[in-house]
Order: sequence, then C-alpha cells, then structure tokens
Amino acid sequence: MSTARATAVILRRSLRSTVRKPAWLAVGLAQPVLYVALFGPILGAFAGQLGVNPYALLVPGLLVQQAVVGSLFVGFGLLTDMREGVLDAQRVTPASRWALLGGRTLHDILDSAVQGLILVGLGILLGMRADPWGAVVGFALVLLLAAAFCAAGYGLALTLKDQQAFGMLVNSISLPVLLLSGILIPMSVAPGWLRSISSLLPTTHVVAGVRAAFAGDTGSAAVGAGFLWTVGLAIAAFVFGTLAFARASR
Amino acid sequence: MIRAERLRKTHRSPSRSARGAPVVAVEELSFEVGPGEIVGLLGPNGAGKTSTMHMLATLARPTSGRARVAGHDLATRPRAVRRAIGYVAQRGAASSESRVGDELVDYGMLHGLTPVEARARARQLADRYRLSHLWAREAGTLSGGQRRRLDIAMSLVHAPRLVLLDEPTAGLDPASRAALWGHVRELRETTGMTVLLSTHYLDEADALCDRVLVMSRGRLLADGPPTRIKRQIGPDTLVVTAASESELPGLVAVLQAATGSAPQVSGPEVSVRFPGGTSGLADLLAGLREMGLRPESIELRPPTLDEAFLALTAEGATT
Repeated sequence: MSTARATAVILRRSLRSTVRKPAWLAVGLAQPVLYVALFGPILGAFAGQLGVNPYALLVPGLLVQQAVVGSLFVGFGLLTDMREGVLDAQRVTPASRWALLGGRTLHDILDSAVQGLILVGLGILLGMRADPWGAVVGFALVLLLAAAFCAAGYGLALTLKDQQAFGMLVNSISLPVLLLSGILIPMSVAPGWLRSISSLLPTTHVVAGVRAAFAGDTGSAAVGAGFLWTVGLAIAAFVFGTLAFARASR
Repeated sequence: MIRAERLRKTHRSPSRSARGAPVVAVEELSFEVGPGEIVGLLGPNGAGKTSTMHMLATLARPTSGRARVAGHDLATRPRAVRRAIGYVAQRGAASSESRVGDELVDYGMLHGLTPVEARARARQLADRYRLSHLWAREAGTLSGGQRRRLDIAMSLVHAPRLVLLDEPTAGLDPASRAALWGHVRELRETTGMTVLLSTHYLDEADALCDRVLVMSRGRLLADGPPTRIKRQIGPDTLVVTAASESELPGLVAVLQAATGSAPQVSGPEVSVRFPGGTSGLADLLAGLREMGLRPESIELRPPTLDEAFLALTAEGATT
C-alpha cells in the first residue's frame, strides 16, 4: 500500500472523529476566542499608544498560541491510541510509519487551519485590518509551526508514555514561554533584561514574524527571521518525532 | 510458519537503582511452529510472552537472534511479515471512538485492500463474528467479549496465514471465553490458519492447543503437546475416597506402603502420586481388601497442566 493512500486512511479516521464530535473543536477554540473577547478591549488603550489596532497585536499572537498549544496537545490522542493498542495494531499493518504519523499530523494541521480561520474572521469582525497576501504568508508560517509542534507533541508523548507527565510538562512550559514570546503584549514594552531573555526564544521571532506578515510587511527582516526560526523548529521537531517513533520500536 | 533461533530481547531497567542496566526479557529462545498448528505460549507474569509476541509481530526488534515468520526474515523483511500476519494485542486494537464498521474497513485498507474490497471483507467478517448488528456502534460502547471479537476480526481483514493472539481471553467472562475458543478452533478448521497464542489460563492451552511452549524468566522450559508436558512432571495421582472417617488411617498406611510416599489427606480424600499406573491398581486393591477397607471410590488422575506448569516454572525459577 502506498504511503499516500495509508496517509489518507489515517487522515480520514482522524477527521471522522472530529466531525462526529464538533464540540471538541469548540472547546479548543474557547480559550483563544475568550482571549480575543476579553483582552482585546484591555489592549485597546495600550495599542492606541503604539498606533496599532489591538486585534492586529492579539490575533497573530493567538494564532501562534493555538499552533503551539493545540498542536502539542495532539500527544494526548497518541497516548490514548497507545493505551488502547490502536497504535500497535496500525504498526502491524504494512502501512508506512510515515503514513501513520503523517495522517495524524495532516489532520492536526487542518484542525489548526480551521481554528485559525475562525480567529482571523473574528479579529476582522472586531476591526483588525490584514493585508491579504501578508495574511496568507502569516497563515503559512502558523501552519508550519503547527506541524512542527505536532511532531514535537508526538515525540514527547512517545518518550514520556504517560498522560499525566505529558500534560504537566506541556502546561508548565508552554504558557510561560508563549507569554514571554509576546503573544498578548509585544515584548517591545518589556524591560531590557526581559527582552533579552525573550529574544532567546524561537517563538518570540515567530510571533513577531506573523504580526509583521499580517501587517503587510512580508519583505521585512521580522518575517524572514520568523520563517527561519519556524523552519528550524520544524526540522528539529521532525527529527525528534521520527527518532522517538523509531525508538518506540526497539 | 515460525522458526525462532536464539531470540533474545533486553530492555533498559526503568529503576534508578539499576542505573539503566539491561533487563533480559527473552533469553536464547528457539522454537518452531508448523503450518496449521495452534500453539500456546504459557508462562507467569514476566515470563517474556509479550516480548516474544512483540518481536514476532515486528513491534520490537530482537536484541540478538533471528526468526523467520511466514517465510520472511523478521529483521530484513518486516513489511512482508506484516502482510502475512494478524496480531491481537493484550490491550486490543480498536479505537473506542471509532465505529465497528469503520474500524474493519479502515484496517482492510491499511492492509492494501481497495475501498470496495475492504467493505466487502468487513461485512463478511462482521457476519462471521456476530458484529453485523453492531456495525454502527462505537467500539467504546461494546462489551468485553464483543470488543474482543472485533479485535480478532480486525486482525483477519487481510486473510493472514498466521495469527498471533496475545492473551486473547484475559478479562473475559467464562461464556465469552468459551465463545472465543470456538472462534479460534473454527479459524483453523475453516482456513487452516496457524495460531500462536499466549495465555495465563492453562485450561485454555489444554483445550485449544496442539502444542504448548512453557516459558519462565525469558527462557523456554518445555515444548510439546499438553499430554506430554503433563507426563513430564511425573506419574498419575491416585485419589481414594474413604467411605468413613475411620478408614482414613488404614488407607494412608496402605497407600504409603504401595508407593513409598506420604499421601495427602483432604477431607475424605487420600491422594498420592502413583507410579504403578493402571497395572499397579490390582495389587493395591488386593492390599485394601486384606486390610478390610472398602473405599467409596478409587480414581487415577493424570497430572493437570496446572500441576505441570507450576512444577516447571518452579524449576525454572531455581535454575
């Protein structure tokens, strides 16, 4: 069986599960939508001082948050499949290992895309202005980031093999890292020492790149840096995920 | 169908005190399974049954040794092995969220069937395993027995030549176990399929298997038909039931004199290993008559597989 066909079977299985339980899509969206609804007005005055629309700050940041947290959490699904024997049953078929993870990852990217489109639509309804071409570039960055963090989520899940440990690790790291990356408030207003720490985080550059892209500065250094960091993260995450999958077979 | 040669599997110890020292799960395991055989892999917890199953199903790489499964080398042609085998893990195979029909069709397609072929095969298996009325039900809502039937049906979508069943009846009620035994027998009778199953239940191995492989601490302790394994541990047990309590001391004395071993008394029953077999019974009966003893019943019981298993694994633990 070809890798493409096996990928399609796994993707269809995952989509079926999402379509049958749309409530989970709503639950996944609840947090960023609440952020938009509640933080937008708070950011209003502050964004005015910076001369930008608050939603032009908030929505790109939340897209990155959605791509990172939502994608990392796909590891939970994999751990459930491992616990129920589903992953072993699939690994005993002649389907390629790439297809087994690829189908799941494609589903998660589609999931991120749908959630991202809803967020952007909400932002536009609330007054965000987005450059159309820049939005496409920004969206592409977000989806690549989602793919990277899916691979990282699968790698972590296969390494830890424990839902509790996985949840604790993802929760304890992702939110502080994302806040320090400026998903809600740009780090340009942070004290110098905090900016220095923030600049060490790849996600800071991705957030800045996505914001610049949505603003239409697609040729800017910020977009270039965001793109390079995202590609770097994706390569590292895919290597980690693949090694974890290979190690699970030893 | 399976030829394993000196298979060995070690894992890193998860305990901190052992500092990642390797733990031997399977040690120099060699055995063969012929076409159409039903072979049982018996052993206590930690014997290495699941590790062996995982290696044969290509889920774990042997640390050393080699095996040919369905004519293909495990190390060099794992995909060919996967095409030829069906595997049912202890934990099952079906996703709780998926519907019965979807699971069967999806696994057919993962095994390379076209959508039309997969659907036809799924319907056929659903009929055979009494799953048709559950076609649209989510696997998570099925009973233990129904879910096990689904797991087995999923492992057969591609009509494999060999099926590996890892503790297929663990956690099932007696009726579901008996039904599953029927399915395994039927598989062999109708398709000539080879079955390797691991189990804790010795009655299961006794009832189902042509041959059993007894494992303990990763090593193979015995390989043969259940009857031969039972004989391996010693002679039959003679059980004499006293007609009254007053007969018991006399019965004990006669049996001790006849066998040279101290009999065990349990209620009205006196039992002892009896090397004389059926031919020795005549002398024993004469001895009982001489003593004026008229027991209620005399029975010569062959050793059970449980006794053989306990004797073998106790030996294995001390060597």
